[in-house]
Amino acid sequence: MRALTEIHLEEVKSIVKTGRVLTKESDRFSYSFDGSFGTFLPDAVIQTKSVEELAALVRLANRELIPLYPRGQATSLSGGPLPVKGGLVLDLSVMDHVLEVHEEDLVAVVSPGVLTADIHRAAEERGLMYPPDPSSSHVSTIGGNLAENSGGPKGLKYGVTKDYVIGLEVITPEGEIIKTGGRTVKNVTGYDLTKLIVGSEGTLGIITKAVLKLIPKPKASTTMMAIFDSLADAGKAISNMLTAGILPSKMELMDQASIIAVEQFEPLGLPVDAAALILIELDGHPAALQEEADEAAALCQSVGAREVRMPKNKSEEAELWKARKLVSPAIVRIKPTKISEDATVPRSKIPDMCKRLEKIREEYGIHLVVFGHAGDGNLHPNIICDKNDTEEMKRVEQAVEEIFKAAVELGGTLSGEHGIGLMKAPFMEMELGAAGLDMMKRIKAAWDPNNIMNPGKIFPEPGQKLELS
Amino acid sequence: MNLSLKQLQEELKYDRTASCVQCGYCLPVCPTYTAFKNEAHSPRGRINLIKMAGEGRLTDLSALEEPFDLCLGCRACETACPTGVEYGEILEAARAALGKRRTLSVPARTLKKAMLRKMFPSRRMMNIAGHSTWIYQKSGLQKAGRITRVIDKLPYHLGAFEKVLPKPVSPLERFKAPKRVKAEGKRKYKVAFFTGCVMDAMFHRVNQLSIQLLARAGCEVTVVSNQSCCGALHAHSGEQKEARRLARQNIQAFEGTEADFIVNNAGGCGAMLYEYDRLLADEEAWAERARAFSGKVKDISQVLMACGLPDMRPRKGEAVTYQPSCHMTNVQKVTKEPVELLQSIPGIEWKEMNQADMCCGSAGIYNLVHYDASMEILDHKMKEAKRTNASVIITTNPGCLLQMKLGVEKEGLASSVRVLHLVEYLAEAAEIAEPVQ
Repeated sequence: MRALTEIHLEEVKSIVKTGRVLTKESDRFSYSFDGSFGTFLPDAVIQTKSVEELAALVRLANRELIPLYPRGQATSLSGGPLPVKGGLVLDLSVMDHVLEVHEEDLVAVVSPGVLTADIHRAAEERGLMYPPDPSSSHVSTIGGNLAENSGGPKGLKYGVTKDYVIGLEVITPEGEIIKTGGRTVKNVTGYDLTKLIVGSEGTLGIITKAVLKLIPKPKASTTMMAIFDSLADAGKAISNMLTAGILPSKMELMDQASIIAVEQFEPLGLPVDAAALILIELDGHPAALQEEADEAAALCQSVGAREVRMPKNKSEEAELWKARKLVSPAIVRIKPTKISEDATVPRSKIPDMCKRLEKIREEYGIHLVVFGHAGDGNLHPNIICDKNDTEEMKRVEQAVEEIFKAAVELGGTLSGEHGIGLMKAPFMEMELGAAGLDMMKRIKAAWDPNNIMNPGKIFPEPGQKLELS
Repeated sequence: MNLSLKQLQEELKYDRTASCVQCGYCLPVCPTYTAFKNEAHSPRGRINLIKMAGEGRLTDLSALEEPFDLCLGCRACETACPTGVEYGEILEAARAALGKRRTLSVPARTLKKAMLRKMFPSRRMMNIAGHSTWIYQKSGLQKAGRITRVIDKLPYHLGAFEKVLPKPVSPLERFKAPKRVKAEGKRKYKVAFFTGCVMDAMFHRVNQLSIQLLARAGCEVTVVSNQSCCGALHAHSGEQKEARRLARQNIQAFEGTEADFIVNNAGGCGAMLYEYDRLLADEEAWAERARAFSGKVKDISQVLMACGLPDMRPRKGEAVTYQPSCHMTNVQKVTKEPVELLQSIPGIEWKEMNQADMCCGSAGIYNLVHYDASMEILDHKMKEAKRTNASVIITTNPGCLLQMKLGVEKEGLASSVRVLHLVEYLAEAAEIAEPVQ
């Protein structure tokens, strides 16, 4: 791995004819962070819409061993775009010029800088839907979503980003431009490189175009809030619902700590003495929806829900969702640093995971808030702390490690939707085993022999540990 | 930590940056990020630069100058921020700290300083400005300028604004402006009117119409004479001392009026008055008086809503859109009233502007000192304004008014689109004023 020299920079500038090369100190610092931890200065930041220019840059980097870091709008919670070894940040958010919806094929063709929310809008204008809905979708780029295989509340019914990608254009780490998959839902020609690239966190290439699958937009939706006196009952309601043949589009859990935090932040009339609440959204044909909603409400009551709130109109419905939306802003008012985890367990293990989390909270004396996409087992245990308090951060580090352990022991995974990036790299072997991790390393070595694509991510360096302080 | 770093942290209000979690929710609402596509010109990027400086990682503070100079200070990021970062505070502190350390004297800075220190706070200077605008337009100099294009070569692009200057009032008319106007019909409120400096010098007519409209709606209106500039332009440029002095002067001036409300018609000034309590919070002798003052500050649209509008003559299917003032939206949080007032005028066709909350690029004197950047931002705004197909664009702040006029002029729409202050349009509909062409 080499630092960028003046001679390199001249060559970079001669390649990037239609875009910009940012090298000022203020620019370098401004592309040194993301939504997670750490500051790493790149040597330069590249902005261009030209795939050919990017491919030429990759060839230069591969020849001269310069690290490359693709970046969207850096909302990443796992350190995906952080230029940990310097080199070049490729700001792909400027590639926002392609957004085509082809109704007859039920696909959208997009360039990586398009905002996810703009894809939602474009599809909906034609009565279609692109379901993956990470909560940052109004800021995050589709390129980032593809690289991290982002999820969101709708993952429960509709799946995640990878379930909607059928074709890609990719610049390989050796600077070739390849196409994977295509425009058809069915395609079994060779290895499924599309699925390999999606979620590879920028370590196997640069996505420069994607073909996304769209589905017809459900005609109606309805929401309810079920309130529980015990977390276990809430967990039972979730699993009973699914086995009873009801598949909600969203099922979001808030524990008591998050209910209290929201009420203190903005009083919405939430029951602060309740142990948990679940927000349920159902979607489908209006004729079936009412019946399904009544069934879901009855089911919650049968497992001991204290109350089921059914909003009468869309504004009351928005009010209910506001509670969930305010969790993140509310909890950072308690202490400034938020460690947002996304350890995920099989649905049936949610009550066990909740118990483990409670134990971890007590054992390490940390402020732990649990909320998230309960329906698909993707909880978001958030630790609220102060990064200036070194002693506290040490305890937080240990607690995070315990959370990962608990998830893996329960048959789950380190990360449901945020990605491994930098922070979770040390725990890869714990989930995958030595041989499993080695197979991944071999794939990486085959694609990127000189290790120039997003080096320092996913795979732990010897002796690498989780460090928050 | 060494002492100087600690001092720098205090100076930069480093502690306020801790609540930024770098989620990026501010990016899509930031006009400079949207226009320049560079994180150094995003709120999150600027806050990060302060973090880096405060932590001693970025030692050459001049790297902060361009990002903080080019911030419009619209504070749309505060409205979008899920964690309540006080960006306005961070911005003002950064500008003050950078201002202190600047060694170079560039023309833009000299112009800015001269305007801030001498022109805006002085009623006499602003009157002269108003008068010279009048003389300039009446004397034929304006025509000569247009023909010879001399005007276009004026420093700092003042020439570009020449075409959009409002019709001036004569010195006599200005002098004759009433100091107290009785409520028409039953008195609902007693209000004191804040005239503002730019509003009074360049938009004297809008001020007079505001007073008449308030009276028609049932307010007794007083205009106290020893009021001054609100100090917003000073505060936003890091000239805190001068901003505080002006705040104290205004508080004192209005204390005797016993008004229910202190009413203004300029979103930017209103926001400053609204925040006097924050500005003077650490001055024992003034904190309480500032709180009382700020508690009474209202935008004219709020008071007109509270009173109920006088009778309006139906418009003939005019398509109207509204470009809100950023500081009215993001600081005063007054968003519904102007829209409701407009929608209550019979016969108008209401056109919502896409991304209306995005700044137009006027931002105080930003469009004078950062002309090119401001025009780039204006181009984005005009794209959306044109999409509405409105024939009337309403604004609620003098800077926005001039900037949107400039945008209409640039797009060659001057013959088909009128840009008006909300008050002008309401006065027109209430038949207090003749239509402005």
